[in-house]
Amino acid sequence: MALKQPFERIVAEHAETILRVCRLVLGVHDADDAWSETFLAAMRAYPELPADANVEAWLVTIAHRKAIDIVRARQRRAIPVEEVPETASTIGIPGSGDPDLWDAVRALPPKQRQAVAYHYVAGLPYAAVAEILGGTAEAARRAASDGISNLRTRVLGAHSNGATR
Amino acid sequence: MNDSIFGEPEASALLAAASVETGLLERLHARLEEAAGHDGLLDVAYRTIDTPVGALLLAATEVGLVRVAYESEDHDRVLDALAARLSPRVLRAPRRLDEAAREIEEYFGGARRTFDLRLDLSLSSGFRRLVQGHLPEVGYGHTRSYAQVAQLVGNPKAVRAVGSACATNPLPIVLPCHRVVRSDGSLGGYAGGLAAKTALLRMEALAA
Repeated sequence: MALKQPFERIVAEHAETILRVCRLVLGVHDADDAWSETFLAAMRAYPELPADANVEAWLVTIAHRKAIDIVRARQRRAIPVEEVPETASTIGIPGSGDPDLWDAVRALPPKQRQAVAYHYVAGLPYAAVAEILGGTAEAARRAASDGISNLRTRVLGAHSNGATR
Repeated sequence: MNDSIFGEPEASALLAAASVETGLLERLHARLEEAAGHDGLLDVAYRTIDTPVGALLLAATEVGLVRVAYESEDHDRVLDALAARLSPRVLRAPRRLDEAAREIEEYFGGARRTFDLRLDLSLSSGFRRLVQGHLPEVGYGHTRSYAQVAQLVGNPKAVRAVGSACATNPLPIVLPCHRVVRSDGSLGGYAGGLAAKTALLRMEALAA
């Protein structure tokens, strides 16, 4: 077996990217929990990971599953009320980023949001994104591309309406 | 107006938007340390401390302190070796090293002459391990020759083997191989470099 890096180096290298992925997929509020559960599960499984595995794709796959778990748990817990106003403030990051963009991200269908996060933020090729989402690489490419163009339309639309800025 | 604000090439704007506030990753790391410890996944915890002989890496298993390493040994390489020999579940997790860090700082402050720490000697075996286990018998401020240590462990002919046991000591300072010198009074070798060995012996001689 080839040499396996100390897990700390995996954390140091991928912590920020995985947090960004979790934020795009889940919103800022749940991203911290998803991050924690992802790295704890990864640490548990790490000794069995083949030494030549693509670590980033492996971590994104775990994060994807953890995000699904969190969404399901939230749905089970949630009493169906109308949109809670505070979620709007937790998805935006205080003092950084573009609030229009975050609203637009939140409005994307889950698959487009995931495809955008895994391809554009984590940098995974479409084949790897497809393995995580199911379906073909072409479908993953389309979801990411539709996601981007939806974001473009919404963000530009909001800007030209002179909305929040 | 500004129609390039969100073209596909500018998708990296997402990255900028998702920038992470300072301190958050540290807090998440601390949470991971705690959860990993709680779940029994923290096979090797480590931290570094600053001392008069440079930064020292301290690493511990659940059994006890397993490695003390000088900067000159290259901490990244030491961590690689721990991952290969013990477990790849190696995490920077200072809390497990609190006690060791405190005792070593007391030692350098002149307030401590012997260590009272749980040790894990699993990185060495056989005669080397036997020798290393006897090193604390060479008291603070004293030195012994390699030949005297060979006698101490009941194998007077094994002078060279005592030398290699000292050279491969996984727990320098705590197991005081720096107190073992050549019969002619010259220093012999030291993993932390001769300057560190000299500094430790001088410090102990002044305090003793």
